[in-house]
Amino acid sequence: MNNILVFCEITEEQQIAEVSLELCSKARKLADRLNSRLDAIVIGNDIKNIEEQLFPFGVDSVFYVNDPRLSFYQTLPFFSTIAKLIQEETPEIVLFGATAVGRDLAPRISSYLRCGLTADCTSLEIGDHTDAKTQTVYKDVLYQIRPAFGGNIVATIVSPETRPQMATVREGVMKKEIYNENHKGVIRNLKAEDYIKDSDLCVEILNRQIEAQKVNIKGAPIIVAGGYGMGSKENFALLHELADVIGGEVGATRAAIDAGFTEIERQIGQTGVTVRPKLYIACGISGAVQHRAGMDQSAKIISINTDPNAPINSIADYTIIGDAMDILPKMIKSYKNNML
Amino acid sequence: MNNKYFQIVVLAKQVPDTHNVGKDAMKEDGTINRAALPAIFNPDDLKALEMALACKDALKDIMPVKVTIITMGPPRAAEIVRESMFRGADNGIVISDKRFAGSDTLATSYALSAAVKKLGHVDLVFTGRQAIDGDTAQVGPQVAEKLELPQITYAEELVSMTENEIIIKRRLDRGVETVKTTFPVLVTVHGNANDCRPRHAKRVIMYKNASTYSERQQSTDNSQQTLSTEALWEKRPFLKIEEWNADDINPDFSRLGMSGSPTKVKSIENVVLTSKENKTINNSESEINELMKELITAHII
Repeated sequence: MNNILVFCEITEEQQIAEVSLELCSKARKLADRLNSRLDAIVIGNDIKNIEEQLFPFGVDSVFYVNDPRLSFYQTLPFFSTIAKLIQEETPEIVLFGATAVGRDLAPRISSYLRCGLTADCTSLEIGDHTDAKTQTVYKDVLYQIRPAFGGNIVATIVSPETRPQMATVREGVMKKEIYNENHKGVIRNLKAEDYIKDSDLCVEILNRQIEAQKVNIKGAPIIVAGGYGMGSKENFALLHELADVIGGEVGATRAAIDAGFTEIERQIGQTGVTVRPKLYIACGISGAVQHRAGMDQSAKIISINTDPNAPINSIADYTIIGDAMDILPKMIKSYKNNML
Repeated sequence: MNNKYFQIVVLAKQVPDTHNVGKDAMKEDGTINRAALPAIFNPDDLKALEMALACKDALKDIMPVKVTIITMGPPRAAEIVRESMFRGADNGIVISDKRFAGSDTLATSYALSAAVKKLGHVDLVFTGRQAIDGDTAQVGPQVAEKLELPQITYAEELVSMTENEIIIKRRLDRGVETVKTTFPVLVTVHGNANDCRPRHAKRVIMYKNASTYSERQQSTDNSQQTLSTEALWEKRPFLKIEEWNADDINPDFSRLGMSGSPTKVKSIENVVLTSKENKTINNSESEINELMKELITAHII
């Protein structure tokens, strides 16, 4: 079989997670390119409206495991189920969200099946691969593309000889797109007891405290982001001031968060959130590739930087050379003047 | 537990300090040129060491506990074993061999799991959630699978520890979860967990000459060394840092290094930024005002 399988994560609200729908959208395109079927697996307790949630994204069949013991994610029962299903269905490609769940589950499966896994891909494509040494040509393999070490390179990873080819992708990296409102697939119910052993339930969940997301930078139409160049936590207040005035949220680079300027929920980039706002104002951000990976799809980018050669300037629509502490108040003042 | 002591293993990695990356950081084949970068104790692994030591503290009045560091890397990775001993680890092993070169996470986890198996019995394995040179967070769960241990990932706090069970608070994307399980188990430790205790002065004095065989070999011309390595280790066995090569861990050699790594780097490219039409503005009030007007007119703000 050369089908593609997407692991669908269930949110606290018992819905299919956004990241999973994004993955289905991407996987549908890959499946069309390969002329293959798109499968999804859903594991949970009494999940409603799976058809309505998944079929419009082009899913052809959903493997559904419905079991009251599986209301919340647990490594071993999910691992056992998916590993066995992969052995039965032999998919060509398996995709997971790069969430706390996906990053717990996917490596264990790849280890068991001894297949390749690439974390945090920012792009997935199909193409041929020629082994440099043996000159063997591998047709239609998955290019797993991700920024890599050092901040200045993008690596294309392939797993030419092992199947399935597996990758994780962060939320927001792929675009969620309806494939066809009328697309119809089938639901195939799997019996939990065929896949899960009692010993898989050896880790007991005592307590869960899930917070509603405090900061929602992902959905913000405007983001005012600060980097290490902002210099201090106090200076970050000015970013909040501008964001409040123009109706946006404050984001930050990993360096700014490591320096303690703001909270981790605001991190944008490869190891944070990926955003595509209509306006991104980058203040004191040099623009390491890991950061750009999380924001370069923004519709408009303004860079405010004292360094005219900062890498971020080359993807910016507007570059303002100067100190953000000097420029931000001018922007706030100008906005207020023009809107009154 | 069927042995006379409780064995805790900490899998740790010496990593290039990615905050100080130079031009020669990458080799042509797309792998990291570790020699060109300063090496540090991977931050999450230090937190894993602390959680291991906290577990030892919790049990030490009930039974003997041994905390063993295992690291895979070049011979100089012995530095982090010594560092761990200064902070409270009992002993350590460096797994080093050219045949490990080019390992992806799967081959790495295979070698590490083979080393843990060679130890004999293990009750608890700790490792950092992820290493700063790859950020994949894959090796922990992969080692757990290879050892057929349950896994608890993203541990943020050790809630309680007894000889029979461990309770851990885990950090999830949007909250925390507290879980309980029995031994053996593998735990990966999140960056939010407690910082590692500092070096202990007495331990530094005791272990400062702890070294591997290859480190001793390199310093044989040192006239300070009055005893042969063998004689020294006979007299003070705690100064020996074990060094294992590929043969020592009884592997299936096809599962090591490049041949055991299903993922291949097809290509790497330096990022060439696609330059859109870029307008540079000076920081005068009037130019900024023009820009803001433009954004307002375009309904962007």
